[in-house]
Amino acid sequence: MPVSVLLILGMGAAVGFISGLFGIGGGFLMTPLLIFLGIPPAVAVATQSAQIVASSTTSVLGAIRRKALDHKLGAILVAGGFIGSALGVWFFAAARRAGQLDLVIVTSYVTLFTVVGSLMLKESIREFWTKRRGGTVRLRRQAGEHASYLGWPLRMRFYRSKLYVSVIPILLLSLFIGFAGALLGIGGGFIVVPALLYIFRVPTNVVVGTSQFQIVCTTLVALILHAVMNQAVDMVLAILLIIGGVFGAQFGARIGRNLRAELFRFLLAILLLAVGLRFALELVVQPEEPFSLTIQERRQ
Amino acid sequence: MRLLGIVLIALVCATSTAAETLITSLSNHRVLITSNYTGTSIAVFGAIERDAQTIARATGYDVVVTVRGPRQLLTVREKQQIGPIWINREQQKFPEAPAYLSVLTSKPIEEITSVQLRQRQKIGLEAIINAPDFTNERGGGADREFREALYRLRAQEGLYLEEERGVTFLTPDIFRANIPLPATAPPGEYDVQVILFADTVILASTTTHFELVKTGFEEQIGSIARDWSLLYGLATALLAIAFGWIASVIFRRD
Repeated sequence: MPVSVLLILGMGAAVGFISGLFGIGGGFLMTPLLIFLGIPPAVAVATQSAQIVASSTTSVLGAIRRKALDHKLGAILVAGGFIGSALGVWFFAAARRAGQLDLVIVTSYVTLFTVVGSLMLKESIREFWTKRRGGTVRLRRQAGEHASYLGWPLRMRFYRSKLYVSVIPILLLSLFIGFAGALLGIGGGFIVVPALLYIFRVPTNVVVGTSQFQIVCTTLVALILHAVMNQAVDMVLAILLIIGGVFGAQFGARIGRNLRAELFRFLLAILLLAVGLRFALELVVQPEEPFSLTIQERRQ
Repeated sequence: MRLLGIVLIALVCATSTAAETLITSLSNHRVLITSNYTGTSIAVFGAIERDAQTIARATGYDVVVTVRGPRQLLTVREKQQIGPIWINREQQKFPEAPAYLSVLTSKPIEEITSVQLRQRQKIGLEAIINAPDFTNERGGGADREFREALYRLRAQEGLYLEEERGVTFLTPDIFRANIPLPATAPPGEYDVQVILFADTVILASTTTHFELVKTGFEEQIGSIARDWSLLYGLATALLAIAFGWIASVIFRRD
C-alpha cells in the first residue's frame, strides 16, 4: 500500500489525541480516516482492530490498578461480545463476497453516527440549558425508576456495579457491540459507555474500566478472526497506528482532564455527526468512476 | 517411411516460405522485487535472420511484443443510482484476465496488419480485450462498457498499456523493446510473445518467459499472512497487547 508512513503516524497521533481527550477508543474516527485515505475498507476495519486492542489494554490495566472493574459484569459483556464478533466477521466475509462490503460499512457508519451523534447532541444541549436555568442535573438513580426490561428473567446481582438486573438486555447490548465492532472496526466504547451509564445506571467509576475490558476481549477475537477468515490485517500498518495512537492519547488525556463534561459531550456529538455526514456524501454523490475492479483469486 | 518423407517435405516447404527466423532474448529471466521497489523494466532483444535466397523486404519489418502477466479472475462492478444512493449493481467476470498486459509495437498497430488478422490472432490490446472468450458471456448490451472499464481501471495502475513506438530497430534486422513493470505488477510467471510482420503478414513468432519474484520483509510478511493466517493474527494480537502494556507502564498516571 503506497501510503506515507509519516502520514499514518501523524493520523494515529491525532486520533489518539482525540481519543485520549474524550476517553474513547478512537476506532470510529481512525477507520473512516483510513478509508478516506484510500485504504480498502476491509483492510482498514481489520487493521484498526489491532490498534483498539492496544489502546484498550492500556486503559484496562489502569482500571485494574484503580480497582475500577466489575469482573462479573465484564464477563457477561464479553460472552455476548464474542458471539457478536463472530457474527460480525462472518457477515463481513459474506458481504465482501457479494461485492457489497463497502456499501454495508458506509451505510452502517452513516446510520450509527447520525443516530448516536444526534442523541448525544440533544442530551448535551438539554443538560446545558438545565444548568443555565440553575436546575440540577439528575444523575443518581431514584427508587422505582427501573425500565421494565431490566426485570426480565435470569436476574443477576452485580455487587461492584450495585446492580440487580436481568442478564438478557446486557447480553443483547454486548452482542450488538461485538457485531458492530467487527463489522466497522470500532471498539464500541462510545456506545457501551452511555448505554451502561444511562440504561443500566452502572456507577460512573466502574463504567469505563468494565467497557474497556469487554472491548479488549471482543476486539481481540475480531482481530484474529479477521486475520484467519479475511486475511485483511496489515501488521505494519497496525504497528504504525498503535505507535501514533499511544503517544497522542497521553497528551489528549492530560488536556481532557480540564474539559467540562457537557462541553465535552457536545464536541463529541458534533464530531460523530460530521463523520456520519462525510460518509453520507460518499453514498449520495455521483461517483466519478462508477466501475470498480476486484481480484478474486490468482490463477497461475 | 513414405509418410515421414511427405512430412519432411512439407516441413521444408513450410520453413522455406518463412524465410526469416526470429531470435529473441530477454535481459533478465528473473526479476527480483524488494519492498522499496518503485517499478522497473526489462529489455527484449531480437534479431531477424534471413536465409541466403531471401532478399530484404521492401516494406521493412514490423514487430509486436505482447507481455501477459499471471492470470486472475477479475470482477468489474458498476455502481448505479437507486433512489438517492449509489450502489454496486451490474457485474461482469473476466475469468482468465492477465494481471499485466502490455503491447509494444514498432509502429501503430493499425498500420502493421489488418483488423481481421488482429482479431483472429488476438494481436493488440483492443483485440485481446474485445476477444469473445475474454469474459463470461453476459449477452447484455453493456458488455462493451465493462470491457472498456476493465481497460481503463487497469491502465490507471499502469498494468495495461499499448505503446506504438515501444519497439525500436537498431539496424534493419535488430530491434529492442523495453517492457515497463510498474510497482503494482503482481509476482508470477510472465509470457513474452514476439511476432514478426512484414507487409501485414506474420513471418515468425517466439515466446519466452520471465518470472517476477517479490522478496524482502514486506513480501515475507504478506506470505505469512496468507499461509499462516492464524499465527499471523495471534502475533498481531500479542504485539498489540504488548504495546498497550508498555504504554500503561510508561505513562502510569496513578
